[in-house]
Amino acid sequence: MHIVVCVKQVPDSSQIRVHPVTNTIMRQGVPAVVNPYDLVSLEEALRLKDRLGARVTVLSMGPKMAAESLKKCVALGADAAVLITDRVFAGSDTLATSYALSAAIRRIGQDEPVDMVFCGKQTIDGDTAQVGPGIARRLGLQQLTYVSRIETVDPAAREIVVHRRAEGGVQVLQTKLPCLVTMLEGANTLRFASMDDMFRAARYDVVEWDHKAAGITEVDRCGLKGSPTVVKKVFAPQPRAIKAEMLDATGKSASETVDALLSTLFAKHPNLEAEIRQ
Amino acid sequence: MSAEETNSAAAPRRAGGIDLGTWKGVWVNVELERGRVHPVSWELLGEGRKLADHLGVPLSGVVLGPDDAATGEACAEAFRHGADTVYVVRHPVLEHYRTDPYAKVFTELVERHKPEILLLGATTLGRDLAGAIATTLSTGLTADCTELRIDDETRSLAATRPTFGGTLLCTIHTLEYRPQMATVRPRVMAMPKRDEGHSGTIVTESVTLAEEDVVTKILSYIPDANADNAQLAYADVVVAGGRGLGKAENFRLVRELAAVLGGEYGGSRPVAQAGWVSGDRQIGQTGKTIRPKLYIAAGISGAIQHRVGVEGADVIIAINNDPKAPIFDFATYGVVGDALQILPALTEALRARLGHSAAAE
Ligand SMILES: Cc1cc2nc3c(=O)[nH]c(=O)nc-3n(C[C@H](O)[C@H](O)[C@H](O)COP(=O)(O)OP(=O)(O)OC[C@H]3O[C@@H](n4cnc5c(N)ncnc54)[C@H](O)[C@@H]3O)c2cc1C
Ligand SMILES: Nc1ncnc2c1ncn2[C@@H]1O[C@H](COP(=O)(O)O)[C@@H](O)[C@H]1O
Repeated sequence: MHIVVCVKQVPDSSQIRVHPVTNTIMRQGVPAVVNPYDLVSLEEALRLKDRLGARVTVLSMGPKMAAESLKKCVALGADAAVLITDRVFAGSDTLATSYALSAAIRRIGQDEPVDMVFCGKQTIDGDTAQVGPGIARRLGLQQLTYVSRIETVDPAAREIVVHRRAEGGVQVLQTKLPCLVTMLEGANTLRFASMDDMFRAARYDVVEWDHKAAGITEVDRCGLKGSPTVVKKVFAPQPRAIKAEMLDATGKSASETVDALLSTLFAKHPNLEAEIRQ
Repeated sequence: MSAEETNSAAAPRRAGGIDLGTWKGVWVNVELERGRVHPVSWELLGEGRKLADHLGVPLSGVVLGPDDAATGEACAEAFRHGADTVYVVRHPVLEHYRTDPYAKVFTELVERHKPEILLLGATTLGRDLAGAIATTLSTGLTADCTELRIDDETRSLAATRPTFGGTLLCTIHTLEYRPQMATVRPRVMAMPKRDEGHSGTIVTESVTLAEEDVVTKILSYIPDANADNAQLAYADVVVAGGRGLGKAENFRLVRELAAVLGGEYGGSRPVAQAGWVSGDRQIGQTGKTIRPKLYIAAGISGAIQHRVGVEGADVIIAINNDPKAPIFDFATYGVVGDALQILPALTEALRARLGHSAAAE
């Protein structure tokens, strides 16, 4: 079994701040992390490695500094790491991203055929959940998104059974390898890196490919040129001018405050009481 | 579908190559799953109606399903929510959602009829399907839009969505490719008025499908034990608590108030992450979007990611002991005080008021 896990290095979005005057994003000092959803998928791949002896390759597209995130995945137990990094990839939307990643997966498969590809449910910066399905389409893989549990994988029969989250229930699906899986958050708990793997990662040289090495001939389908979507403007949300009608509870008992609130509420919104009763 | 076919289908279709003018009309996926239409479909028809009217083109719903009564009912309902036309494909293979047959049928319909705009719900089904068909059609897809407009200058769809963790918004266009695709989360758009008398044209489409060609099989379906988590997004009354409640035990006060009001309860992200409420009850940008008639938020500061999920509420009551809390900038009524005191008093007063006159009726 050979498994490829796609991981993206993303800015820790909880630490992004907007400049109060210029409305631009202040990226300085914002730490880069492995997209948290991708770690759920990596953990699942590593469990298959433990169970079935699979080989796990992690793959990322991004700037050279993304190699750090890949090394972290090696420290967690991935066997190999490939970074596709090239100026032609700059400005990729999801369509162009899935194009470049699929090409790289095809190239990785030349050395050892790929049986499963994992993607994260979504990224925390792009947040689209589109790249996974995009890769599945391009490589003709069976697409299994929002997987909450991998029930069985039978490499000999080339069969997999998973639980997939649907609205209001769970589908139990059986399909054939090769397939693409995106894992739901909470499906597992990430392991700690072992000493051995940490040492291995420290010495490990991430494989870096430019577009040619990744087997991409049509540069026009990469980066800004290969992206149908155009970001026209970025802006801060407009604060609504209206302020709440305030009731100050200080010095009053809670029941006095609540009585004042409810009489205002039901006087100003006469239909509300009937609606609540329904 | 083989990898070869997939790739040829994904050749870029730039404006030079395609005549944008031949792509006309607004399409909405009517998401039918296990006999039930996801209400986000009607919200999208409501929004699609505005876009179609602005462009002066028809609005169509697309219904895929087995040949049964529920499929017929979905078509009828689509008209009542504003569709002029419904394209329907009835086939036993479409009984359960699976990516391959759904994507194949949808892609074929799009290539046959060439809509300029295609909207889908950002549900597990809609996102799975949208990502697949946008790739095969090689066109732009904008996820989780919060506003859809037509840019008059280019006649293109201006799709606005949160970015960088919700601190900013961005507007995205697909200028040179068609269709222009977008997904929208449930409850982000208002539910249109249902018009019993509105009807339109049903176009029954035939496609070639065979179960033997579908690799993925459904072994079984496990319905959620507590299906009520689905109710939160559509509840008329929602009470939520945040970190200001102090500890998990205090969350009882939120549940009790919700119960008296016959509503649902939820929480901000930190309390969902701390396990005070289950993850599917998180409200906000990365949780549920709600549009209740009444929303009561206790001990919630009102961060932008929370705000975008609740702004559609008719009336917002905020309880917070900090008079400068940002939630007071968008609440209708603000109570400056201790939530641990106000919540039980509110529950008591409402129980007396609603309980009393309910008995009198
Ligand atoms: C990418 C991203 C996505 C996010 N998505 C979401 C989301 O979907 N939903 C969401 O909610 N958040 C989300 N957040 C988090 C958001 O930014 C805030 O951190 C969060 O909403 C704050 O939760 P809170 O209001 O419960 O806690 P705090 O911000 O800590 O606020 C607690 C409030 O309680 C008040 N308080 C304290 N004691 C009392 C008392 N006794 N009585 C009354 N009031 C009291 C305080 O004055 C304070 O205003 C997201 C953040 C990021 C970066
Ligand atoms: N630049 C990238 N490099 C590697 N994997 C990526 C990249 N972008 C997206 N992915 C994968 O695709 C998933 C979905 O991304 P998105 O469509 O941006 O939400 C991520 O969780 C990753 O597994």
